[in-house]
Amino acid sequence: MYKIIEKKYLQDIVVKMVFEAPEIARKRKAGQFIVLMIDDKGERIPLTIVDSDSEKGTLTIIFQIVGKTTACLAQLNAGDYIKHVLGPLGHPTEIENFGTSVCVGGGVGVGVIYPIAAALKKAGNKVISIIGARTKDILILEDEMRNVSDRLLVATDDGSYGFHGFVSAVLQNLIDSGEKIDRVFAIGPVPMMRVICNVTKPYNIKTIVSLNPIMVDATGMCGACRVSVGGKTKFGCVDGPEFDGHEVDFGLLMSRLRMYNEQEKQSMDLCRCAENGK
Amino acid sequence: MENKEEKIEKREKKEKVPRQPMPEQDPKARIGNFDEVPYGYSAETAIIEAKRCIQCKKPSCVAGCPVDVDIPGFIKLIAEGKFIEAAWKLKETNALPAVCGRVCPQEDQCEKVCVLGKKGDPVAIGRLERFAADYERSTGKIEIPKVAAPTGKKIAIVGAGPAGLTIAGDLVKVGHDVTVFEALHKAGGVLIYGIPEFRLPKAIVDAEVNYLEKLGVKIVLNAAIGRLKTVDDLFAEGFNAVFLGVGAGAPVFMNIPGENLSGIYSANEYLTRSNLMKAYRFPEFDTPIAKGKNVAVIGGGNVAMDSVRTALRLGADNAYIIYRRSKKEMPARIEEIHHAEEEGVQFNFLTNPIEYIGDENGWVKQMVCNRMELGEPDESGRRRPIVIKGSEFTIDVDTVVVAIGTTANPVIPRTTPGLEVNKWGYIVTKDGSGETTRQGVYAGGDIVTGSATVILAMGAGRQAAKAIDSYVRSL
Repeated sequence: MYKIIEKKYLQDIVVKMVFEAPEIARKRKAGQFIVLMIDDKGERIPLTIVDSDSEKGTLTIIFQIVGKTTACLAQLNAGDYIKHVLGPLGHPTEIENFGTSVCVGGGVGVGVIYPIAAALKKAGNKVISIIGARTKDILILEDEMRNVSDRLLVATDDGSYGFHGFVSAVLQNLIDSGEKIDRVFAIGPVPMMRVICNVTKPYNIKTIVSLNPIMVDATGMCGACRVSVGGKTKFGCVDGPEFDGHEVDFGLLMSRLRMYNEQEKQSMDLCRCAENGK
Repeated sequence: MENKEEKIEKREKKEKVPRQPMPEQDPKARIGNFDEVPYGYSAETAIIEAKRCIQCKKPSCVAGCPVDVDIPGFIKLIAEGKFIEAAWKLKETNALPAVCGRVCPQEDQCEKVCVLGKKGDPVAIGRLERFAADYERSTGKIEIPKVAAPTGKKIAIVGAGPAGLTIAGDLVKVGHDVTVFEALHKAGGVLIYGIPEFRLPKAIVDAEVNYLEKLGVKIVLNAAIGRLKTVDDLFAEGFNAVFLGVGAGAPVFMNIPGENLSGIYSANEYLTRSNLMKAYRFPEFDTPIAKGKNVAVIGGGNVAMDSVRTALRLGADNAYIIYRRSKKEMPARIEEIHHAEEEGVQFNFLTNPIEYIGDENGWVKQMVCNRMELGEPDESGRRRPIVIKGSEFTIDVDTVVVAIGTTANPVIPRTTPGLEVNKWGYIVTKDGSGETTRQGVYAGGDIVTGSATVILAMGAGRQAAKAIDSYVRSL
């Protein structure tokens, strides 16, 4: 049982949660994830660890309410418990001083890119961060990202804040402006990561993406999370979650993510947590 | 002289009682549920069957058992109506009798060498084992044997599967402080995630795990050794020895075009969703599973049988086994093949998939197969399947389960310096002791042998328990 210490809505459907998991907190490195189960009838879902505090023994996650499990998770409050938490899983992000690193985060992916940006900054990189959201109200972690970046650029799809357009256009502008970029980290919705890779490929800028395929055990046992990287089948859980974005078959990832759309909708419709909303 | 003749006559009379069948759920009814297929013996039937045993002075059946169960001993107690005592007798050497009574390949072990089998049918040792263990559980009179005085030695077991649970039971009984680390959220390993409810009810596994906990075994769930803690960390925490019983966890795929289409599962995933996550009870349980109408399972082993029979129970109209050799070479137990046939599984022998074709949504809709013929025997002794040129044909499918085996999961070897693995990634051990190349680290079960059976893993656990016991006492 893992006690929840803090829960906060960052906006309508994005929740930040801090809970106790001292052993995981001690081991966890940037880029790693956990699998959690709310109760014994629940699903096992992977979530990237946004932050950890080894002294307090806590982990921080940020998630968007997209289905039954995340809806029910959002209903839990400080003092409640999560039944099962497994981690830290996956390879940590490869952090070194690459020179100039650009961290692109979209939507809830900003939560995932944040610890990476912080680690890159600590390792001596010049960190330029580009964060985006559909609209201003749902942008998260702007201040936190600014604190760990040399430069922060913001984009909203509707132009309500910052650059009017996608983060990929901001990156393109940055490249066009002559900024020498040594490495790009892009984390967000699959279409966003795909477009970012399309932007960086002609310039041969190595681009690392963090993939979020469906997982069950997340220890390399089931293969639910198969992704195709450089034409080879890899397991997102043990070989990833981060891969060279120029090698990833994003189309396959997207179609496999849709595998249970119908059941997910059925589950959500039957779920009281989802009805209650915030 | 007269006396001896009398004895022989008596023995012949005994042999005339036929091997008692075990009643089962009707095949038509059972494909509509996940309840266990055989009902088990009644007390009367168990006594009749137990009396068939001629109590050999030098029982070859015991030699056929990887964990040395006193087979004539427990059967005699059943024949005398002492069912609880029979269960206790079993538990002297077997930590999981209710499991073994169900999933051991007795026909290749104890029953294979039973003297009665030479002229007729062997004693139904497995069914009797199951009966005694079930009887004990149903009465709730579970005896917790006294454990030896604490030795002060701490032993870490990695993996709560058959090997780990066996060794945990053995070591706790002799007074060691035993902690089992399990990566999943439930203990049992393949007994929980792999073998379906209709073959091994999960309540039985829970009861066996519970028994070990009552003996004093500590079980830590959600603990992925290699990630949360390394083997080195365990030694640093004060463990005197570590046993690795992590199984051959990684699924094998064929690496043919289209294998990553939606609707194509490894058997590990398909069975884990259904068994561990209870996807067959979706949406009561949250984990979904594809309820295919035309399901093809690739492979001919027990895992393939479990998968294809699960597909039927999930509502498949057509459940196919696709196997590249012929029925004779199938590694599955005869009983499993028989059950699958009864339930309407369609067997496609001498057939091998070479490609999957998807629909516009990336979901599998067809598989392209080759017809095969058998050539000369290969290194496994089975005749090698050879492609018949120009024999390609397609089968319409919407769900595919690849059940062609598993291989070693590299996480622990990669994070344990000094631990030698062979070219397939399996941990190298000294024969019979489970001793690895790293001092104080032992291993057993599928991570040493590659995919095998529950009972062989338990046998390996038993051997390593002896080795660990003497090692930690020498410290």
